[in-house]
Amino acid sequence: MKRFIGFVIKEFNHILRDYRTMIILFGIPVAQIIIFGYVVRNEIQDVKIAILDLSKDEVTQELTNKILSSNYFILYKNLENNNEIEEVFKTGKVNEVIIFEPGFSQNLEKEGTANIQLLADASDPNFANLVTNYTNGIINNYVSELNKNSASPFTILPNVRFYFNPELKSAYMFIPGTIALILMLVSAIMTSISIAREKELGTMEVLLVSPLKPLQIILGKVTPYVLLSFINALVILALGNLVFHIPVRGSMALFMIINLLYIVLALSLGILISTFSNSQQTAMFVSMFALMLPTMLLSGFIFPIENMPKVLQVLSNLMPARWFLAIIKNIMIKGTGLLYVWKETLILIGFIVFFIAVSTRKFKYRLE
Amino acid sequence: MTREPIIIVNNLVKKFGHFVANDHLTFEVFRGEIFGFLGANGAGKTTAIRILCGLSFPTSGEVNIAGYDIYRQRDLIKKNIGYMSQKFSLYEDLTVKENIHFYAGIYGIGITEIKKRTQQLLEELELKNVENKLIKELPLGWRQKLAFSVAIFHNPRIVFLDEPTGGVDPVTRRRFWELIYGAAEKGITIFVTTHYMDEAEYCHRVSIMDQGRIEALDKPDKLKTRYNAGNMDEVFLQIARKTKIG
Repeated sequence: MKRFIGFVIKEFNHILRDYRTMIILFGIPVAQIIIFGYVVRNEIQDVKIAILDLSKDEVTQELTNKILSSNYFILYKNLENNNEIEEVFKTGKVNEVIIFEPGFSQNLEKEGTANIQLLADASDPNFANLVTNYTNGIINNYVSELNKNSASPFTILPNVRFYFNPELKSAYMFIPGTIALILMLVSAIMTSISIAREKELGTMEVLLVSPLKPLQIILGKVTPYVLLSFINALVILALGNLVFHIPVRGSMALFMIINLLYIVLALSLGILISTFSNSQQTAMFVSMFALMLPTMLLSGFIFPIENMPKVLQVLSNLMPARWFLAIIKNIMIKGTGLLYVWKETLILIGFIVFFIAVSTRKFKYRLE
Repeated sequence: MTREPIIIVNNLVKKFGHFVANDHLTFEVFRGEIFGFLGANGAGKTTAIRILCGLSFPTSGEVNIAGYDIYRQRDLIKKNIGYMSQKFSLYEDLTVKENIHFYAGIYGIGITEIKKRTQQLLEELELKNVENKLIKELPLGWRQKLAFSVAIFHNPRIVFLDEPTGGVDPVTRRRFWELIYGAAEKGITIFVTTHYMDEAEYCHRVSIMDQGRIEALDKPDKLKTRYNAGNMDEVFLQIARKTKIG
């Protein structure tokens, strides 16, 4: 028994002294629960909408007030005509457009029915569904209140349409998401591991003693992975197109360029990881936990960012995948061009510059 | 042998924080010499060899390698030196031939030249029949011979060997030293660190480091006489003991 206790104590010592194990043991479940708990919510708040009121009468005003005072929605813009709808969706600023037909209250009074159209940006199908359901709920509420005080029943007929993705196919969501996740993982993990392997085997030293410049070494390591990751992206895209019929509505060239940019970003992140991990194991470990979970949970791949609490929304800004996802969803699903995504593109470039600057600094520091 | 210095080290100091890893090292190594760089673990050998190879900068002091200054002409130094570490540093998932081609390639040797000399080398080392085998399939001794040959493939003026014989048996070590002599005869200067005191006897001159300083530097025979010792092992122990007490 004594021997056994001694053994257990030794084992505890191993675990307690290895802070990495402790982090996984306690940090990961805590982080997971908190993130999941807050991220996975089915209620909505402050969803931005635009209203096109072709009637502008008392009833539409009342209904608008009702919708806006619900806390679920914020008015982003009052539209003047139909032409603005497409535009406002493409900017991505608005999740839903509500259209009141002309002569709304007259129709309601004379015929007992009036039409309201709900358009939702369905590039995120689940969220679009949620938003229209909430709007419907408020409208129904309003109607039943109206009917309380009147003899003849009124009806308001909501006509729901999903923009960009009329069939609410979830593939519209997960094809771009998968591209973002896979490229990040493959590129970052592969580079960080392969650089760490050179260090482990001692070949890195020999390379550093040789006339090769550090930049040449790094570029040499990274070039094959750029190519492989790019092929990877094309495979996912082709599958999405052939099997799930997800088109690329915008410019294919732009789509390719953005993909390349994102791959370079992921690779530079991989290089950064490898500068502070000396073994393949550590590199693997850091890449998996530092990249996979946050990329999945906080990039808007699975859970809509609009729906997260403020803290997580701020955190999600730090996820390169978030910006990449925003861009490629715009290009693939909304068919927009660089004009609509230049900000996100600049952010991606900013990430690349930052990662490369930090890793060259670290690389040089190691040489000192 | 012409006494033409090829490595000149003058008051080399390397500090890590408060820890002084190299404490005012001053020595010269001559062309074609086999120079043994000895010392216990932690004496500062590896730090010094890394500086000489251009892997890290000294805190202060002057270092001149093959006529080039370590601070300003690192690129030129790198073209003129070879390096082999205790890990043998070959790619295990590449074949013998691929390893030679890769390393020769990064030194900018032309492909026809590489091909010709690879065949020569494989015949010399009697590795012709395994040229297409992966490195991981070869025994340690063969890998070691190959790693050394690769390190001097580009005809460097100096080759730095950092504990090149770690983990191999005495017979293999003996054979390895034959290769080293061969290289020295071709005019390549050999700078070698080792743990094995019998190997120290093979060197033309040795320096013995202890706690960051060079405590002795001379021909093995002279050192043995000075310390009144039968072999290098005793010389080494005496020096280590002396600094412990002092």
